[in-house]
Amino acid sequence: MKISVKINGELYERDVAENRTLLRFLREDLGFTGTKEGCGAGECGACTVFMNGKTVNSCMVLAVEADGAEIETIEGEAKDGTLSKLQEAFDKNNAVQCGFCTSGMIMSARELIRIHPKPTVEEIKEGLEGNFCRCTGYQQIIEAVLDATGQLEKKEGLKYAGK
Amino acid sequence: MLENSDPKTLKYVGKAVRREEAVEKITGAATYVSDMVLPGMLYAQVKKSPHARARILKIDVSKAQALPGVRAVLTGEELNYKLGLYIVDKDILAKKEVRHYGEAVAAVAADTLEIAKKAVDLIDVEYEVLEPILNHMDAIKEGAPLIHPDLGKYDYFKPAFSPQPGTNIATWNKMRKGDVEKGFEESEWIIEREYTNPSVQHVPMETHVAIVQWGKDDNITIWSSAQSPFTVRNLFCYAFKLPLNKVRVLVPHVGGGFGGKAGIHIEPLTAVLSKKAGGRPVKFQATREEEFSLLPCRSALTYRIKTGVSKDGRILAQKMTMYWDAGAYADYAVNVTRASCYSANGPYDIPNAWVDAYTIYTNKPYGTAYRGFGHVEFHWGLERHMELVARAIGMDPLEFRRKNALRPGSTTLSGEVIQEHTGNVLKCIDEVAKSIHYGTLTEEEKERERKTGRKIGKGIAALHKAPAMPSFTATSAVIKMNSDGTVNVNVGLMEIGQGSTTAFQQIVAERLGFPLEKVKVTVEKDTDRDPYDWQTVASKGLILSGNACILAAEDLLKKGYEVAAQILRANPADLAHDGDKIYVKHHPAEAVTWASISIGYAYPNGNGVGGPLIGVGQYIAQGLSNLDKETGVGNPALDWTYGAHGIIVEVDPETGEYKILKIASAFDVGKVISEDMVRGQAIGGMIQGLGTAICEGYIYDKQGHLLNPSFTDNKIPTAKDLPEQIETIAVETPQLDGPYGARGVGEHPMISVAPALANAIDDAVGAELTHMPIRFEDVWRALQNKEPIDNWITKTPSGSCRSDPATRHHSPDAAITP
Repeated sequence: MKISVKINGELYERDVAENRTLLRFLREDLGFTGTKEGCGAGECGACTVFMNGKTVNSCMVLAVEADGAEIETIEGEAKDGTLSKLQEAFDKNNAVQCGFCTSGMIMSARELIRIHPKPTVEEIKEGLEGNFCRCTGYQQIIEAVLDATGQLEKKEGLKYAGK
Repeated sequence: MLENSDPKTLKYVGKAVRREEAVEKITGAATYVSDMVLPGMLYAQVKKSPHARARILKIDVSKAQALPGVRAVLTGEELNYKLGLYIVDKDILAKKEVRHYGEAVAAVAADTLEIAKKAVDLIDVEYEVLEPILNHMDAIKEGAPLIHPDLGKYDYFKPAFSPQPGTNIATWNKMRKGDVEKGFEESEWIIEREYTNPSVQHVPMETHVAIVQWGKDDNITIWSSAQSPFTVRNLFCYAFKLPLNKVRVLVPHVGGGFGGKAGIHIEPLTAVLSKKAGGRPVKFQATREEEFSLLPCRSALTYRIKTGVSKDGRILAQKMTMYWDAGAYADYAVNVTRASCYSANGPYDIPNAWVDAYTIYTNKPYGTAYRGFGHVEFHWGLERHMELVARAIGMDPLEFRRKNALRPGSTTLSGEVIQEHTGNVLKCIDEVAKSIHYGTLTEEEKERERKTGRKIGKGIAALHKAPAMPSFTATSAVIKMNSDGTVNVNVGLMEIGQGSTTAFQQIVAERLGFPLEKVKVTVEKDTDRDPYDWQTVASKGLILSGNACILAAEDLLKKGYEVAAQILRANPADLAHDGDKIYVKHHPAEAVTWASISIGYAYPNGNGVGGPLIGVGQYIAQGLSNLDKETGVGNPALDWTYGAHGIIVEVDPETGEYKILKIASAFDVGKVISEDMVRGQAIGGMIQGLGTAICEGYIYDKQGHLLNPSFTDNKIPTAKDLPEQIETIAVETPQLDGPYGARGVGEHPMISVAPALANAIDDAVGAELTHMPIRFEDVWRALQNKEPIDNWITKTPSGSCRSDPATRHHSPDAAITP
């Protein structure tokens, strides 16, 4: 089936099989490999993208369902080579380790901030609950979201106890 | 290699710097093997066994072969290669018999993933289903069927392991220190208990993936999500009897490893498919379900500990028996057994100790390395045991730990004498105790108890671990200067998220005296380009590769000074440098820039001197030795990293539900190189440890089918599972041969989280937890004094990590004498 989808502001028209997921369409047909597959079952959130302004697990959406939709992926997050506030905060607060969950995590964090411009820690935990991260233990991600929303006065650090 | 570590003069070491490769990752630009597509690439799928143990009677691949788009079909009978890290016991595809649920019996490569999946469905396998041996305690019973009848014929690494042919025991390791029977005789109390852990999954967010092209003249290229490119190359060439220079392993970014991507896994299968498909590149990526059952897990453990204690609370003797459930193949499980065996008593000074550690084959997915390498598992038992022993003798558990903790002059199980600079476990224990106000409830906590009706408890657990690695483990680093005076650093150690790339960048910049931005450490690895490193495992990367980086930097400086001395007509000893130039100390205007000598200096008349500046550093573990097979005496430890966790928990005494209010963790890291990376490892590891404590674990039915190979049924922690408060504490007792005094801390944060939690719950409500994980219902059962069960779905304990009461040599219940 022929579909036309706007991705990060640019129009793409392709023939896709009816059973093609949006995730595989993005990654394999168009090369937007920043979006990752962690489980293929809608559990881990690594494939989170925006579809018409709301986040979806792109492994659970068919490409044909995205016909006429506006999709935003991690590739569109930095504008004109400048990192977004959220990306800058992820970098500054070491909210990244292996990086495999990061794209989906940033998408969900953006959605969270859209709903709660000044989220509490509880709201951040709730908002990111659908995105698994096996490396960071989430704490530095939460701090990055607090930082991006102007709520982290001082960067969290280690406590040094000497010898 | 203790360099100047004065924080006042250090510019980059010990500072909070940004992760070197962060921007690539936060923009989605970083490439992982799962993102890669090569021209003409085929897609592989495997046919997996639905049975835990069965004879393969017939495999009919004719329909699969006939399917258009299928380019290669393979079964085990066509493949005469054996694989194995320490015991060579595994076929690429099962032959004659399948040994675990999910084992690969046939494989296909096809033009598309869809065709490959369809082809696999068309393969018919006829099995004769056999009764599986699921419980490792059954597998060591007299007359148990043999999972590897050919164990006596397998090649194995003889200096470290002792397979027991004619049994299901893949290795039996021992430690013998002092006179344990005499120690028991002198003891006032003898307390014996048994503790268990189930198998768990690593859950890297990127599942295992490889692309292999078996090129002409046996030139083979492997792109893999492996942690250890050189070990993949080494084991691959061993299996296929190929020279090492024929095989090139490339690893771009890796989406998490945690030990599960150490060793070698799907690369050989992908390679033989490529060979059969005429040399076209073949990609195989495990599904999440395959990650649980086709690929390895962490071994289950049954740990029995018998402790003799003097009147004043000193441990006089301890007898420890570890029964490790290897699953179907030995892989890393035998080395987990060995490493756990020589560390089995934890960070305690025990004069008379005895350990027997067995790796036991069963018909389950096999065990491999997992962050902590056995130490997470046995510290569960050990640190619960310390708690229960202390309570049994009427002593405060913290005081009991302090009294028996290792201190300068103590000897380890293998006979190493602890020094002042080995590290300070007491300090770690004290720091976390202070952080959680151990032993008392604050006014706020008392008020909270009154308001909620819940009980607040506090618990502590200590830990230690040294890298488990060959005694002569070596690595290297190369620093190449570019014509603009910037440098590229190549090390063989892989970046899998742990942040070592950034640490090496800091170390090299510090030692060269160059600005950080002039130093780039390459993330992607290539065995044809990069200098050798053994493996990215064991928390040894920072010490070994860090030291190699220092030596390479010194080599580069020395070579630069030699050329500059010639140009400036000065003695190298009279020269100094900064990030831009080398100059004569006494006449700083007499200078040459690094850029001008980087690839050879040209005099005004065109004459050239020098050449490309390349610094090389090699480093090998020093003074380590093999352990005596009968007594365990020797020196296995590059360094010991000590640590402790303290937990405050709130428990509902009626239901067993609990909430973690605070966790404080302290590690003696020697020297913090990279503050944010240390904290990231500490919190990430702690939460991973918390996952195995609160919910994770493999569940089987009686036939050995894995019932929860998905995120629906095998949860991992999410952001909502975080404790309310997290504190990370760095203790810094410099390691004299660590880079700037540092030692590794990659695995340690995961160790002893579970026992700290159980100790806190026990403190709150008196639940005697001895089995992992600690779900709410387990706390409730312990409160009801009901036998805990370790299976959510079926009522059959088969395949669990628990021993059958009939096979126990001793009563597992606390026996207090006299």
